[in-house]
Amino acid sequence: MSDAKAMHVSIAADRCQGHNRCCLVAPELFESDDEGHANVRGDGVVPAGLEQKARLALANCPEHAVRLTGV
Amino acid sequence: MDGRTPVEDWAIDFDHFDSQWTNNPYPIWDDLRNRCPVATSQRFEDGAYFPTRYDDVREIAYDSEHFSSRRVIVREHKLPLMPGPPITSDPPEHTPARKLLLPAFAPKQIAKLEERTRAICRSLLDAIGDVAECDGAVDYAQHIPVRVIAHMLGVPEDDGDRFRKWIQQVLIEGVRDPAAAMQAVGEMNVYFNAQIELRRANPGDDLISYLLAAEFDGNALSEAHILGTLRLILIAGIDTTWSGIGASLWHLAAHAEDRARLVAEPGLLPTAIEEFLRAYSPVTMAREVVKETALGGCPFKPGGQVLLSFPAANRDPAKFADADRVLIDRAENPHAAFGLGRHRCLGSNLARLEMTIAMEEWLARFPDFTVTQGKQTTWSEGTVRGPRRLPITIKR
Repeated sequence: MSDAKAMHVSIAADRCQGHNRCCLVAPELFESDDEGHANVRGDGVVPAGLEQKARLALANCPEHAVRLTGV
Repeated sequence: MDGRTPVEDWAIDFDHFDSQWTNNPYPIWDDLRNRCPVATSQRFEDGAYFPTRYDDVREIAYDSEHFSSRRVIVREHKLPLMPGPPITSDPPEHTPARKLLLPAFAPKQIAKLEERTRAICRSLLDAIGDVAECDGAVDYAQHIPVRVIAHMLGVPEDDGDRFRKWIQQVLIEGVRDPAAAMQAVGEMNVYFNAQIELRRANPGDDLISYLLAAEFDGNALSEAHILGTLRLILIAGIDTTWSGIGASLWHLAAHAEDRARLVAEPGLLPTAIEEFLRAYSPVTMAREVVKETALGGCPFKPGGQVLLSFPAANRDPAKFADADRVLIDRAENPHAAFGLGRHRCLGSNLARLEMTIAMEEWLARFPDFTVTQGKQTTWSEGTVRGPRRLPITIKR
């Protein structure tokens, strides 16, 4: 039940251009692949205490590639 | 640039080589954004357009149907098309040409250059030594990207003077004088051909060897592709980052409170660097209109050259609160300094690494400094903006 309400991050791969901003502001949540595009670490559920970093990742992406649900 | 006809109305006769623009472009852009968001000019062959709003810049960057990347510098006289893949590539050729280079510039690879970059910065600071005055652009900023790029390409770091001369010829003199640009291109080709021959005999782990070993559609890259890409890496990787480092240094020399805060809170530096990238974005790109369209109430005619100003977009108050203020703790900052869309600057991770290390090392060595009173800071003209003379007084 709590999972349904948990904040969740994802990357729209067709939008990510590899600016790397999400990986820099929230390295706990995102990592860059061998081409420099962003991937979500693990299942994308945002652990308690990292919600603000998830919001910053969204706010700093110039391509609107970071998605946030359960806000 | 000397000998320019003065601009009377920026809306219909803009000139990004005018000294007023060179010295302080921001009031010009703010004025245009309010009264004529797409300025035009007949000073450049087939006419030029200058969108000043973030949304318009973004739309053009995303629209390769109407706006081609085959010309990425606005010039008075167009040069013959000279591909420098992937920056001059449009879809569908763009994607494979870019994919080829992405791994070499991904964060994981670029992180390996940290130690070398730090050593370069420290040796430059050692050379500045204990003088009371130095030039932050001439003695420091300009050397860092030259040496890092030379290291990546596996060419002598001492060749920096020629690299800077070629860049001056392609990006500044060549805007008015095609012969200057073509001469630089010819010299770069001779230089790189000699380097290629050395690698064919004796491959290394440098970028030139990487390109020689790379495949494109199952074949080795053509000589024209390799030379075009090498010219691109050289031109795009040097005065851009030199400008970014110089502008950051200039800001901190001129703003004591920001300097003191970064010395006290070094953890804030990455956030500050993103703000310097937004507020003093060095790089303006270009597109060529290939299909008639309209944007911001302005018709765009085929053949026209578009000055694609990410720096102006980054100053748009409709996108950034307090756009004209430099806030080193700006937490929400989706700036477009490295472009938008498929042509996002390939070297962005490298530029960010160089800027961050250059500022870290400078602040650790010289925490207290100002711009030298009575001496002038000068800025580069045209496509790439940054300090070229930056007299600094170091306080001991």
